[in-house]
Amino acid sequence: MNYFLRGIGVLTTVGVVSVLAFSLPSGEARGDGGDYVLPRLKNKNWQQECSSCHIAYAPAFLPRASWRRLMGDLDRHFGENASLDPAIQADILKFLEANAADSGTSQMGRRVMQGMDAKAAPLRLTETRWFAHKHDEVRPATWSRKSVGSAANCAACHQKAEQGLFDDDSVRIPK
Amino acid sequence: MTKRFFLGGLAMLGMASAVALAAETPASLMARYAQEAGIPVSALSAARGDALYRTDHPGRNAQPVSCASCHTKSPTQPGQTRVGKRIEPLAPAANRERFTDAAKVEKWFRRNCQDVLQRECSAQEKGDFIFWLSQVK
Repeated sequence: MNYFLRGIGVLTTVGVVSVLAFSLPSGEARGDGGDYVLPRLKNKNWQQECSSCHIAYAPAFLPRASWRRLMGDLDRHFGENASLDPAIQADILKFLEANAADSGTSQMGRRVMQGMDAKAAPLRLTETRWFAHKHDEVRPATWSRKSVGSAANCAACHQKAEQGLFDDDSVRIPK
Repeated sequence: MTKRFFLGGLAMLGMASAVALAAETPASLMARYAQEAGIPVSALSAARGDALYRTDHPGRNAQPVSCASCHTKSPTQPGQTRVGKRIEPLAPAANRERFTDAAKVEKWFRRNCQDVLQRECSAQEKGDFIFWLSQVK
């Protein structure tokens, strides 16, 4: 009898825990990553090459037309020479296009595309209406702090940017 | 069975030597650049390498730019990219991975010489540069 009751107790606990675990909001449980969590993507060249100077910006941050412009002009990349071996460059562009904001593969991408002209091809994520809206409470002086550098340095405030996590809880604005 | 082990061992030896061939050292790269420049390794100059690293050139917005702008005055220290990302130290004494991958070395000489000097670096300059850095303690 005692064992029977204990058994019921264990089963109930397991049941409650699993129901909770699956019903709690979790970016990854939503499949594509959700509004603040980028899908986990793997491309060795993108990760290796794009992260040498800045974080490897997610393909979902810009539309395909933007990535084509950007990857076609790497020897004048925001004033720096970031030229690549042509095969590696082509591989990265293919990956960026397949997962771009307008590729329909992520919730974050859909948000970026909202309010963007169909023909727009911005070169900077920070020029998009989505970015401006998301950061409207950040003062100009904060962006230019030495510890931040510029708005391109996502990881200065988004502690988990390298892992694709951009939720408010992981934001710490440095002094 | 024995034969299979023997062939397997041979294949592994082959792979091991292929890996050994691919890995460069600062010394092997200096030798390669000296040969490309048509000079003996002994003609490379650490003093010229040091000067190449530190000399200012006119950069964007008329701001002076040199290798040290991003890699700092001391190449045993970590530097910072324009976006604020850490650059691991350039001197092999502080970072053993430096100058062990010929393709990577060529990629960064191509990019950074263009950015700092507005031209490619010569084979002799590359040799001088590595020679100086490999002496920095």
